[in-house]
Amino acid sequence: MMELKEDYKGYRGQTLECLLKYEAMVWCDVEVKTNDGTFIGLILPRSEQADEYHIVLKLRTGYNIGIASEKVQDIKINGRKIAVYKIPEKEFPFDPKKPNVKLLGTGGTIASRLDYRTGAVIPAFSPGELYGSVPELADICNLDTQKLYGVFSENMGPEQWIGTATAIVKEIRAGAHGIVIGHGTDTMHHTAAILSFMVQNSPVPIVMVGSQRSSDRPSSDAALNLIHSVRTAAESDFAETMVCMFGPTSDEYGLLHRGTRVRKMHPSYRSTFRTIGDIPIAMVDRKKFTPLRNDYKRRRDDRDVELMPFFEERVGMVYYYPNMHPDMMDSMIDNGYKGIVIAGTGLGHINKPLYPALKRAKDKGIAVYMTVQTLWGYVQMYVYDTGRDMMELGVVPCANMLPEVCYMKLCWALGQSSDLNEVKRIMLTPIAGEITEREPSNGYLIYQGGIPEVEEFISKYRK
Amino acid sequence: MYDFQFKPFNEMTAEDYAAVGFMSGLEVHQQLFTEKKLFCRCPAGIYTHDYQAEILRHMRPTLSELGEYDGTALMEFKTKKDIIYRIHYDTVCTYEMDDTPPFEMNDDALDIAFEVAMLIDANIVDEVHIARKQYLDGSIPTGFQRTAITCVNGKIPYKDREIGIIQMSIEEDSCREESDIGHRRVYLTDRLGMPLIETVTAPDMKTPQEVADVNQIIRRLVRSTGHVRTGVGAGREDVNVSVTGGTRIEIKGVPSIKRIPVLTYNEAMRQWNLLRLREELHKRGVTPETFDYKIIDITSILRRTYYKPIHDAIGEGKIVKCVALKKFKGLLNWQTQTDTYFSKEISDRVRVIACLSDFPNMIHSDSYENTLSTAEGTKIRKFVGSWEEDTLVIVWGSEQDCDTAAKEIAIRAKEATIGIPSETRQALHDGTNGFERILPGPERMYPDTDLPPKRIFGERIERIRKNVPIQFWILENRYKELGLRPDVVSNLSTSKFNKVFDYAVDELKLEPMLVSIALTQFIKRIKREGIDISALDETNLNSIFKALSENRFTKDSLLYIIKNAALSNSFSVDYLPTLISADEFASQYNLVLTEINSLELYNDTNKKTLLLDYLMKKVKGRIAVQDVISFVNENFKG
Repeated sequence: MMELKEDYKGYRGQTLECLLKYEAMVWCDVEVKTNDGTFIGLILPRSEQADEYHIVLKLRTGYNIGIASEKVQDIKINGRKIAVYKIPEKEFPFDPKKPNVKLLGTGGTIASRLDYRTGAVIPAFSPGELYGSVPELADICNLDTQKLYGVFSENMGPEQWIGTATAIVKEIRAGAHGIVIGHGTDTMHHTAAILSFMVQNSPVPIVMVGSQRSSDRPSSDAALNLIHSVRTAAESDFAETMVCMFGPTSDEYGLLHRGTRVRKMHPSYRSTFRTIGDIPIAMVDRKKFTPLRNDYKRRRDDRDVELMPFFEERVGMVYYYPNMHPDMMDSMIDNGYKGIVIAGTGLGHINKPLYPALKRAKDKGIAVYMTVQTLWGYVQMYVYDTGRDMMELGVVPCANMLPEVCYMKLCWALGQSSDLNEVKRIMLTPIAGEITEREPSNGYLIYQGGIPEVEEFISKYRK
Repeated sequence: MYDFQFKPFNEMTAEDYAAVGFMSGLEVHQQLFTEKKLFCRCPAGIYTHDYQAEILRHMRPTLSELGEYDGTALMEFKTKKDIIYRIHYDTVCTYEMDDTPPFEMNDDALDIAFEVAMLIDANIVDEVHIARKQYLDGSIPTGFQRTAITCVNGKIPYKDREIGIIQMSIEEDSCREESDIGHRRVYLTDRLGMPLIETVTAPDMKTPQEVADVNQIIRRLVRSTGHVRTGVGAGREDVNVSVTGGTRIEIKGVPSIKRIPVLTYNEAMRQWNLLRLREELHKRGVTPETFDYKIIDITSILRRTYYKPIHDAIGEGKIVKCVALKKFKGLLNWQTQTDTYFSKEISDRVRVIACLSDFPNMIHSDSYENTLSTAEGTKIRKFVGSWEEDTLVIVWGSEQDCDTAAKEIAIRAKEATIGIPSETRQALHDGTNGFERILPGPERMYPDTDLPPKRIFGERIERIRKNVPIQFWILENRYKELGLRPDVVSNLSTSKFNKVFDYAVDELKLEPMLVSIALTQFIKRIKREGIDISALDETNLNSIFKALSENRFTKDSLLYIIKNAALSNSFSVDYLPTLISADEFASQYNLVLTEINSLELYNDTNKKTLLLDYLMKKVKGRIAVQDVISFVNENFKG
């Protein structure tokens, strides 16, 4: 049965019957005679999500078409050639003079190949494959890779986070000059945040990287992101957990964002990652690093890295909206949640009807933390009465911690203690820049397109 | 084997082309007339050189679906170009810049593609699969063109035979190139993403003229739908040419159909002469196995040269390399095309692959004329350690470019011993062609993972089929039988008004000649006056002819009525002037006559003309011109 599945990969129903009848397997070179005429080409596997009515044929010109199986009169087979989709693998060269970088893979499209089952791209990388597709890496370092997971970033969870943090610490202790983590971009900032808390006092750079536009396209940002991140891990002085992704959408430079201040701001743009409420650590291009600030942690020779793999899973987050009813919060309270992060409006507000729910949470000993859904700026609950009322109800303002970062930190803090005072101490003590004392005025810059001076700026520099 | 010698273009006969085994096929690109682009909602058809922003990208080869790298892709990667896109906010969004995935395919465009598929009697696919066709030249920011087969196995009649249509695809248009100098190529993005169809014929054309003829047929056929764009750049073609023993060569960017015969002639000659060159090389004992060359840095011995390009290059810190091609003496002057020699094949490669685009970009020992002195020539030969029977090719540039160039020179020379390299070539103004890039193979196709296959339901096809125009060659025969003028036959058969013609002639029984001229010449004339003719649609024209058939106005006012309909942007019989009664006409005549008589004229013989003129203005559209003239002739006595 398994073999049949491979030979007729992805086909089912009437089309499978049709192919079985003529013993026309995938990768067969065929002439298909139909009511509409004859089609010549190679039968391709079909995506499992596609319907059951069509045969996919690769024509001689390289194009694919779908033929309705109900129209098929005859299939003549002229041979079979099974395609092996493989990135050319070349052994990654070793140079004792070069730093050693470890690339840990969790998934994402930094290096990928086509999956016929789903028709989507799936990640694949070994040092050899990476060298085959991005040979420039060998000029930078000795690269070793380890595939930890192969998941889309939305499927990352506590198990993967703890596993990744543990692997990082192991590699650092084993002497790596820098760590690169390949990750899908959707939740890269969540992982960056939790790794910032779980791995502390790293002597070397920990760089997260991915690609916004998949690496199966010639214009992908994958190769350049990879080059930038590997260079950062191998050569830079920034011993922090960072995200390294495109600065502008152009192939110009990457930005190194602090792992606790970074956020994905566009679903598909290359320059999607932005440092929020602060400025990035540095710019990186093929030739140099340009630090943008001086308060980063420096690279050290010791191996005194600390692993703190704590995580409490029963933590939830609500994105407050006007007309929210208390049952939204009650459901978490009744389901035994230990912590709730609220993304409130303005300086950190929610409506009065929720107060009873907050009271219940307080009575049950649930940790409730407030962040701002404006992303930029501080929770300042003492400004208005509503804020003061809520603080009375036990809601803890989280300064300028980003909502997702606050969520990750609360999971981590509750993983260490159930004493709410201790949790509060952990939450409000900055560990990796997740709370800053001041927001520099250039930490909030969202240019408004259309305004003459902004347009003048854009016309001078590449986007 | 290759004894035949090409004659000048005008002297070549069909037999001559048969002797060299001339074969040619076409890839005809035609922009579709849609409001929006193919995979996003940007407006289509707005062109501008203005831009507000620039984006820089580099292209990197990726694997095909079958796990292979494409040759062109690797070549483009070798060139290491900075690709700059110029962006105007009104014409492109984040999709074209590849910062947003595609939206669903424009259904209007797909409908037009199916309409054309029906006109070429092709098999429409049951499921449209969108593919990515790699283009690493940067002409598309993603690095690939989204394209999909809509039909295969079509045909069109030509002379006493059929020309096969291999396939037709629907695809997004590419960027317009603004400049390409050294390592920097600049593109305008306005045209990017506009829907077009590409019709690919079988290599069924046997002479250059046939290629042009067939191209004309395809162009007229797609235009007959009324759903394609016209004007500069809206229809473009690539021509594939091969000769016996040659290779399929694609000539891109053919600017007009008129140029096709000379272009294909030159390409056939180039292939033939390259085959003769191979024969000569083999005679000299130079085969792919024995081919030998060496590359030597000769910067040091040309430091004092007076030859300006090299003198300046060394001054700028660049280097000079010599490629010694063993036993190639004289062959760089081997003719390939009209006034074009083998050295051009090499120089083209150096320009494209090594980005050395300032000319001359190389010189060679087969003619140092006006370049190096004889002494320098001798010195180089001695330094390189090469024999008289070798040809020395000299190239200069930055270390990296010069290195790429020298290697490429050897590659191209070796290819001469094998045959004709598979290339895409560019049409040049003088009718010859130059190297553009290595011909991409099917390896560059890759399924689009962003969009699922699209099922085509029978109802959709039937709905489109109802409105497909009749193939113009059928109409032409019918119009000829009706005795229409040849120019009108040609115009009307591809006009979107041929249904109006049928209605007016078949149902209203109007004179075919009158109707055909109105539908072609009149409308053209009105348009040429700069009048918006959008009101002249099927409905309004049908009403106008109906009114004419009911004698609501006279036939010599037809132009006037049509023009008025265009000007007022509508037509209604209610607004037609009523036909004039005999009494009213007589009184109008008398009024005008009184007016004329009150004028003092230098020459009284003009009086009648003037009278006619004044009178016509008053009664236009309400009485036949002939009746006015007759009346004046009868009544006006001077």
